[in-house]
Amino acid sequence: MTGRDLLPPALLIGLLALVPWATSSNTMLNFLVTVLIVALAAQGWNLLGGFGGQFSFGHAAFFGTGAYATALLQIRGGVNAWIACLIGIAAGGVVGWVIGVLAFRARLRGSYFALVTLAFAEVLRILTNAADFTGGAAGLLLRLDVRPMNFQFASRAVFYWIALVCVAVVLLLTVMIERGRFGAQLAAVRENEEAARALGVDALAVKLRAITLSAAITAAAGCLYTQYFLYLDANIAYGSWISIEALLAAIVGGIGTVAGPVIGALTLHGLGELTKGFAGDITGVDLVLFGLLLVAAIGFAPLGIVGSLRRLRVVRLSGGAR
Amino acid sequence: MLDVADVSRRFGGLLAVDGASLTVAEGEIVGLIGPNGAGKTTLFAIISGFIAPSKGSIRFEGRDVTREPAHLRARQGIARTFQVVQPFAGLTVRDNIAVGAYLRHPRRQDAINHAEAAARRLGLETMLDRPASDLTVAGRKRLELARALATEPKVLLLDEVLAGLNPSEIRDIIPVIRVIRDGGVTVLMIEHVMQAVMSLCERVYVLAHGRVIAAGVPRDVCADPLVIEAYLGHGAAGRIRAGEVAGA
Amino acid sequence: MYSPEIVLEAVVNGLLTGAVYALVALGLTLVYGVLHIINFAHGALLTCAMFAVWGLATAFGIDPYLAIPPLVLVFFGMGYALQRFVIGPASHGDDNNMLLVTLGLSIAIENGLLAVFHSDTRGLEGDAAFQVVQLGPMLISRAKLIGFAGALLVAALLWLLLTTTDTGKAIRAVAREKLGARLVGIDVRHIYAVTFGLGCACLAVAACLLMPTYYVNPRVGNAFVLVAFTIVVLGGMGSVPGALLGGLFIGVVESMSGLFLGDSLGQLGIFVIFILVLLLRPTGMFGAKA
Repeated sequence: MTGRDLLPPALLIGLLALVPWATSSNTMLNFLVTVLIVALAAQGWNLLGGFGGQFSFGHAAFFGTGAYATALLQIRGGVNAWIACLIGIAAGGVVGWVIGVLAFRARLRGSYFALVTLAFAEVLRILTNAADFTGGAAGLLLRLDVRPMNFQFASRAVFYWIALVCVAVVLLLTVMIERGRFGAQLAAVRENEEAARALGVDALAVKLRAITLSAAITAAAGCLYTQYFLYLDANIAYGSWISIEALLAAIVGGIGTVAGPVIGALTLHGLGELTKGFAGDITGVDLVLFGLLLVAAIGFAPLGIVGSLRRLRVVRLSGGAR
Repeated sequence: MLDVADVSRRFGGLLAVDGASLTVAEGEIVGLIGPNGAGKTTLFAIISGFIAPSKGSIRFEGRDVTREPAHLRARQGIARTFQVVQPFAGLTVRDNIAVGAYLRHPRRQDAINHAEAAARRLGLETMLDRPASDLTVAGRKRLELARALATEPKVLLLDEVLAGLNPSEIRDIIPVIRVIRDGGVTVLMIEHVMQAVMSLCERVYVLAHGRVIAAGVPRDVCADPLVIEAYLGHGAAGRIRAGEVAGA
Repeated sequence: MYSPEIVLEAVVNGLLTGAVYALVALGLTLVYGVLHIINFAHGALLTCAMFAVWGLATAFGIDPYLAIPPLVLVFFGMGYALQRFVIGPASHGDDNNMLLVTLGLSIAIENGLLAVFHSDTRGLEGDAAFQVVQLGPMLISRAKLIGFAGALLVAALLWLLLTTTDTGKAIRAVAREKLGARLVGIDVRHIYAVTFGLGCACLAVAACLLMPTYYVNPRVGNAFVLVAFTIVVLGGMGSVPGALLGGLFIGVVESMSGLFLGDSLGQLGIFVIFILVLLLRPTGMFGAKA
């Protein structure tokens, strides 16, 4: 049973791992690295939003914290890039935990939770945009020093594989969570918090664990962003774009499914590039499509791509059995 | 085993529970009856830790648990069902029950095994892979029971598990409750179906306007004029007696 | 520090802007009160309305204030149709879905405008922004005064509509008890759509009152909608007087924090209040609903 569940995500990762041998096009690898970074952020969102039912509109708060912590530790503290990334991930987790404690203790749910996460992300954006320490509106530029020690590589392929490993690790982690006690309790809290508490589930602790993990994963995406592009400012790191893309990829791909965020990120950005190809490079057209896709996904395929495929398979199997 | 001492709970101007006390000994099936709005469900919520009492204390196996949150009380062995069933609608029957089983069995396979065992005790074994939202009312009541049982409680608080069931479903479930007790689980049940109270409960408490107005063996309690008046209104007991005399 | 005149002027200016904020918030709170959803597309729809005002003025020379009646009708119709044919059917009656559907709409609308109009900022021709009225020691923008009066007038009209007309009573019935309203024969889907239409109509008025002193670009609605959310939470979700008072209050807070903290940090005041109110009192300052 475990083997069969793992097969599709494993195939997906395996296929993606082969891409650098199939193409050496920098545009293609750039595109795929962006997709993987968004996929990772979406995997984080999906843990809290999909499995936990707490819809955040402000995952930028975690992405940005990961990105800024990684950059600041290197620039201001002279910390090694790899270590800076690990601290960045932890910092994201801490921010997630703090927001979780505040929001969940105040019993915020649904729209209220969505709004308060959005507000936290905006506060962080305004602060980093204003403070000198964070480079203000000009942003931060990392020194180009291409050495593996510095988490900088001459070949884009290497970075791509590292991003892919991150995504694969989170995929595995998600499968383990889904099939364990924590996942069961998280789903129970999502479906009915009161009933879960009656069965001995510490709802607050479960939600806090989920938001901390979720934030750390999304922060990892921020760390990767910093290391790949070597530049960030407040509107990139804490901007609403990443909050939206993380949510969108998870929902379009399949909310609460293991592989959904990865498939969603690939689909969204693939379609985005296609529309740009057809409509010319007009700012905004791809996002118009994303917005409509979100409406359509909720209207027609609430379980996203993965959920719809799974239903097709079930229908076909039961049809064949008859 | 369970000691509720002088518990009160005020909601704004309403005193929903007013100095209620009751005790349940190990191995008993105790009934909690009373007219609608008497405060029975509120009292259950206080015992299980969902509502804090304004005053009074709850002791479980000699320990004061008044300040403990609901999930810790479940861990100590107090399980409850809800008057309005609360299934995890999007999960399968198996996963629903497994949430309860995970309380004592952190490993997945153990939890699933125990969940399936609990499902069998409640006759849900054919429904394991169906989503909980597919179940009928009777099925959901059984699920509610199975989930609570899967936490392996010492005392089980049943809030009207028979309400909304038809007579044959009631007949089916009464022996199940008895088997649960015989398996070592103490039962405290809110129930309106008097047939069940009479056949199951060794003792009953009667709650009216938040107060315990009578306690004892079901047959005696039902004949208590105070109880009759609580259900039927002031002076009802006298009228019934007068009717009986006139009839005789 | 600052002289009392400057502070007083900032307070008055804050109140004037606050009234228009209140109007934006009014539409939001109305939709929340009845449909129990946060309409995330509110800001994008406001941007739409502002572009419409700008377009009418630039292309046909129509005065923004004269554009109010036609735009109110158009936006009411648009809001009605959006809720009836898009948001309602797509969200299958689930609150979280409605939130996401309106988020999707806002992304689509905002970027649609971006694709058509690019990110340039546009304002109306003419000197409406510079005409001032002497008010005691202060010089107050005439357009802002009109905006203030207009916003209060619309709030009063809305209040009358909700309390005296049959439709208003039906709206309030649905807000209080959806199932009960359905049982007495109210078409809940129709009322939902009407409410959404009214929310959009508020935006049309707000856009007409704003444009003489303000500017428009495809993202301008975001700034307003976050302020409006703050007001709605502050005033109590679903409360009309709460939205009005909350709007005035936030207008003053913004004006004050702009004065004392400077522009870049000025916005912070609003968010901090927003977070504090959400965390401490989710029922709002004027606690309309528990």
